[in-house]
Amino acid sequence: MDKMLHLSVSPHTHCGRSTSSIMLDVIIALLPATIAGVVIFGLNALLVVAVCVAACVGFEYLFNLIAKKEQTIGDYSAIVTGLLLGLNLPATTPIWQCVIGALFAIVVVKCLFGGLGYNFVNPAITARVLMLVSFASVAAPAFPAGVDAAAGATPLVQLANGESFDLLTLLLGNHGGAVGETCAIALILGFLYLLARDVISWEIPVSFIGSVFVFSFLMEGDAMKALALTLSGGLLLGAIFMATDYVTSPTTPAGKLIFGLGCGLLTFLIRYFGSYPEGVSFAILIMNLVVPYIDKLTKHRIYGGKKA
Amino acid sequence: MAFFLNSIPVPLKKNTADKPSVRMTDVKTVMIPMLMHQGTPATPVVKMGDLVKVGTKIAQANGELSSPIYASVSGKVTKVCDYLTASGKYVPAIVITADGEMATEEGLTAPTVNSKDELLAAIRESGVVGLGGAGFPTHVKLNVDFENVETLIVNGTECEPYITSDNHVMNERAGDIEFALSAFKKHLGIKHIVIGVGNNKKTSIENMKELASRIEGAEVIALPSTYSHGSEEAIVFHATKKVLPQGKLPVDIGCVVCNVTTIAEIGKYLKTGMPFVERYVTVDGSCVKEPQCVIAPIGVSLEELFAFVGEFECDPERVVYGGPMMGITVPSLSAPVLKTTNSVLALSEKETKFPKETACIRCGRCTNNCPLGIAPAAIEKAYARKDVEELVALQVTACMECGSCAYLCPAHRPLVQTNKLAKALVKEANN
Ligand code: SF4
Ligand code: SF4
Repeated sequence: MDKMLHLSVSPHTHCGRSTSSIMLDVIIALLPATIAGVVIFGLNALLVVAVCVAACVGFEYLFNLIAKKEQTIGDYSAIVTGLLLGLNLPATTPIWQCVIGALFAIVVVKCLFGGLGYNFVNPAITARVLMLVSFASVAAPAFPAGVDAAAGATPLVQLANGESFDLLTLLLGNHGGAVGETCAIALILGFLYLLARDVISWEIPVSFIGSVFVFSFLMEGDAMKALALTLSGGLLLGAIFMATDYVTSPTTPAGKLIFGLGCGLLTFLIRYFGSYPEGVSFAILIMNLVVPYIDKLTKHRIYGGKKA
Repeated sequence: MAFFLNSIPVPLKKNTADKPSVRMTDVKTVMIPMLMHQGTPATPVVKMGDLVKVGTKIAQANGELSSPIYASVSGKVTKVCDYLTASGKYVPAIVITADGEMATEEGLTAPTVNSKDELLAAIRESGVVGLGGAGFPTHVKLNVDFENVETLIVNGTECEPYITSDNHVMNERAGDIEFALSAFKKHLGIKHIVIGVGNNKKTSIENMKELASRIEGAEVIALPSTYSHGSEEAIVFHATKKVLPQGKLPVDIGCVVCNVTTIAEIGKYLKTGMPFVERYVTVDGSCVKEPQCVIAPIGVSLEELFAFVGEFECDPERVVYGGPMMGITVPSLSAPVLKTTNSVLALSEKETKFPKETACIRCGRCTNNCPLGIAPAAIEKAYARKDVEELVALQVTACMECGSCAYLCPAHRPLVQTNKLAKALVKEANN
């Protein structure tokens, strides 16, 4: 009898990209912002990020163990969630609060809904919003050593108060805020890496950031001030890394544009008319909820058929 | 958003494109199945012990949608066995033990062709069927009223990785192609002939342009050579600027599509009377040290064919008929070369490695890269619920199984497989 060969349905070859390699790319893209955060805010920042990552991975591992599910920490998505959560918190966040945030993100938002791919809101964002409304320490920004915290507020607050802000400071990130959100240069580096690796496409970040800029400009009538507003707060971090989360954003290019535009509009409205100075997380969270409708509206037209 | 007939960056690996093809004549045995086409199996007309030569008819067409079969070697019929086709049907196969002479049948002469009917009868007698892989009997496909059908599209795009058979045919058999097309023009009344060639085949394009210049109403168009631009959907659009409506055949929008090798083999028969007994087969894959495009007798085993080009570099994990994107795996190397086998590939474990399966991460790669705009991720979810209505709304039946979605899916979702099952479910529900 001849040697039996492997029988299988086509295709018989694969591009080589896997869920875990994509997550790894996101982790790599977040490294500049993480390093910048540690440089700006000190070792406390590293501790916050490390605890969030460890707790997220740990909770996912435990959940799978207890629920007798296949172990999924190998897809690295828990690391991404942990990183994003840590980078969205001020360096002064107490450790126990980080752990609670991670617990909420992983167990409640992700695992209880069925794990990666089934959560309909972004775990890190949802946890951050929960912490923002529950813990005063999370709502209060941390400040880099040497920056006068007593007099200072985040650039966003300062800008809202009519003070001006130096563009270079915004690009370098040497000002108050969450660990990973302040250094615009590091975030843009990460964005370019994700684009180059074809992990994300340009539509969401560009329409999100672009619309915030345009709305701010229309409101302020001053391009420099609009630019400063665009570079501050969690906008870049949110638009590049959180709003582009595959699971909780639309799939087609048209859908992505609508989604980014919606995020931008909501961010603008919350910043100007809401009670929080920062609206990025809320905006993304709200837009996450309408993704199924956007997906329905923006299906591709299929060759030789009517619009589905 | 409109469909975009976009392509995906699969490496094309046309390793054998620049080497001339070689003819394989030293063959031990051939096993020729009675069903190598779409339709009814042919009926054997030889029995055990009969002596045959190259070109001896060993089976006759059974009905209109069928095709005769000829011996590809000279020798003795030693066995009639069962053969399991890829569609899961058992049909007889005739085994001929070769005598090594490769003697040809005496008295083969070019058929007399003075009318459409005679031409179609000759095509039927030639044993040629759709050689691009589909195996649809060509005499049936061409039996349309060319008053209403304006264009004959000759498909020479060959966009699957590795495969260079059509490429070699266009380079080495331009005379046969011209002979057939001239006869078609004369007797079928075809007004317009479009030969579509992938733009990576420079010599082929030149050859085709040269012969087209001698046939009135014939033109050559260069198509993108990236995968999957050789699909019927793509070539029809590029050649006529018309979209093929779902569930319709090209003939419904005024064109007929034929693979270029099909045309060449018909030309050879019209010219010489030698029926279809051998074909261009690309022998390649990551396990093949010295890939080669081989002119192989129909029925030769893949084992003999691979041995003909040399040794394996590594143990093949999968062996496929056709390309790595749409090809069909064979159960063992004893499988024969069929009329439709344009390529046999021995793929290594590394090349056939897929990532670990995870849940769909909604990355959108499948739907944003589907050349037809289909949404496989949504189909998978609808199929899991057995939601026929949703599957119909998602137009799953339009899927041409090109494999682009599954090639790209980082979560290794079984997208093509699910689409096949979903299509079957929809079909069943419609009955
Ligand atoms: S390519 Fe795979 S993971 Fe991505 S959306 Fe399609 S099915 Fe899901
Ligand atoms: S196999 Fe079907 S669904 Fe997948 S890319 Fe090809 S045509 Fe689209």
